[in-house]
Amino acid sequence: MFQQHYLYVLAGVLLLIVSVMSLRDRANPRRLFTGLFWGLYGLIFLLGDWAGHWAAAYGGAEGTRTLNIAVGVLVVLMALIAGCGGVRLGSYHQRSEKARAESALRLGNRLFLPALAIPVVTVLGVLAFNNIPGLAATLFGANSPPTLNTLFSMLVGCVVGLVMALRMTRDSALQSVQETRRLLDAIGWAFILPQILATLGLLFTSAGVGSAISHLTQEYLAVNHRLVAVAVYAIGMALLTMVMGNAFAAFPIVTAGIGIPILVMQQGGNPAVMAAIGMFSGYCGTLMTPMAANFNIVPAALLELPDRNAVIKAQIPTGLALLLVNIFLLYFLMFL
Amino acid sequence: MQQAVNLWPLMGIAAIVIGFLLRFNAVLVVIVAGIITGLAAQMPVAAILEKLGSGFMSTRTLPLILLLPLAVIGLLERHGLKERAQAFIATIHSATAGRLLTVYLLARELTAALGLTSLGGHPQMVRPMLAPMTEGAATARHGELPEATRHRLRAMAAATDNIGLFFGEDIFVAFGAIIFMHNFMLESAGIQTEPLHIALWGIPTAVCAFLIHAFRLNRLDRQLRRELSALNSAALTRKGGH
Repeated sequence: MFQQHYLYVLAGVLLLIVSVMSLRDRANPRRLFTGLFWGLYGLIFLLGDWAGHWAAAYGGAEGTRTLNIAVGVLVVLMALIAGCGGVRLGSYHQRSEKARAESALRLGNRLFLPALAIPVVTVLGVLAFNNIPGLAATLFGANSPPTLNTLFSMLVGCVVGLVMALRMTRDSALQSVQETRRLLDAIGWAFILPQILATLGLLFTSAGVGSAISHLTQEYLAVNHRLVAVAVYAIGMALLTMVMGNAFAAFPIVTAGIGIPILVMQQGGNPAVMAAIGMFSGYCGTLMTPMAANFNIVPAALLELPDRNAVIKAQIPTGLALLLVNIFLLYFLMFL
Repeated sequence: MQQAVNLWPLMGIAAIVIGFLLRFNAVLVVIVAGIITGLAAQMPVAAILEKLGSGFMSTRTLPLILLLPLAVIGLLERHGLKERAQAFIATIHSATAGRLLTVYLLARELTAALGLTSLGGHPQMVRPMLAPMTEGAATARHGELPEATRHRLRAMAAATDNIGLFFGEDIFVAFGAIIFMHNFMLESAGIQTEPLHIALWGIPTAVCAFLIHAFRLNRLDRQLRRELSALNSAALTRKGGH
């Protein structure tokens, strides 16, 4: 049966090949650090689960703890390499602009097909998992995480796309790994940022940041005026989302602090309206923060923009205008 | 007896805000903020590293959706995908950067509202197709673009994908956020809501998001026309004058 673990092994092998290619790339001024960075990352993917079983079997809870501490040290090391500019660009056997233009002319619109295969196959896969009862259980076993449906569909989409692209371009599979390396190096440190931010969120929770914030909101933001309370709720959602990078993390805190006691209990507003527009106010915050790295920072890196905040800057006017609209929508729709 | 709340962990948030404002490297800022937060909560260093390690291990699915499409996209780019995308959009004479992005915004928001969120995304749609087409549409209309304008169009393409996704997915009734909000209000305060109502009350905001962003995209077209025609005529006079 297919397990999430296999995806990690695949990613690990891919990253280790990328690491070896980086180490041998003399065009990269920091090839040792670049190779070490992708290599450590690959090891965490490849050996993480295996080492986890091993540590638990031989060392019990203490063994698991030691392994986690070791991974923590590796993460700090990777952050130091990435943060100090250790991941640089190398050379990837690129073709000239003229050669690219020629094959674009020769292959024509067929070039779009493998790229479109990825989203189309992914969506078909997700729809199949949602509509065919028992499909997920047969493929993945009982109690598989629901995210595996999407990830597996995406893997199939990427394999289909890759086979089509390889046949069409008659390039080698190794060159496709070379291309992966080209794009990974272009993304650079931003590649690990979403994961490190998610880790920070978990650390925030165990350090009690959430309870400290909800204590503050309950203590200082309890206001009685209806429009002010509505504005505080919507703006609070946006601001806290900007800080936490995730509207899901902000929603329970702001809703328990202001939404439920003031807007619903005291003012008698409709909780469904509050939840819907409150969450969207949080999304306005998501548009305006570097903490939502996978939406804002990674795309800027992926599009090779010199300003890593360029996507955020493009989104701020829409985010602010929509937040203002949300305040008025909440004010008028919640008390109908 | 009410337990005293430890406010010191909020120092981690202060560290993040200061670090980002001073434009230090984001990865370093986040790691340092995590360590400060842990120390402020009186966690020993080993426990902080343990949390970092276990958190990193359990979030390994996050980079997969970025990593998997790269081989296909990279290979296609090597054989001229971007060039083809630009040539293709140039054959559609009514296409402008703003109109193209508006059509994409509508399609992205509607499909996300039907739960089809994987039909877009930055590695598989924006980088290989949407961004080059946006640049291509502007080039076909105004001639060669200055570097800054190219960057601005690319950033706008990424922003449009985000906005379509965010404000579409949340009106899909089976989306995780709807269930999450429903459960939270039920468990924390015993408030019973209908998930369908939460989804429906999101529609006014979703419509406004489309209108606001489409208005901005329309303005983008007008700005491009103004700036680039000024630039072009300046170049022409320079040529003519000498």
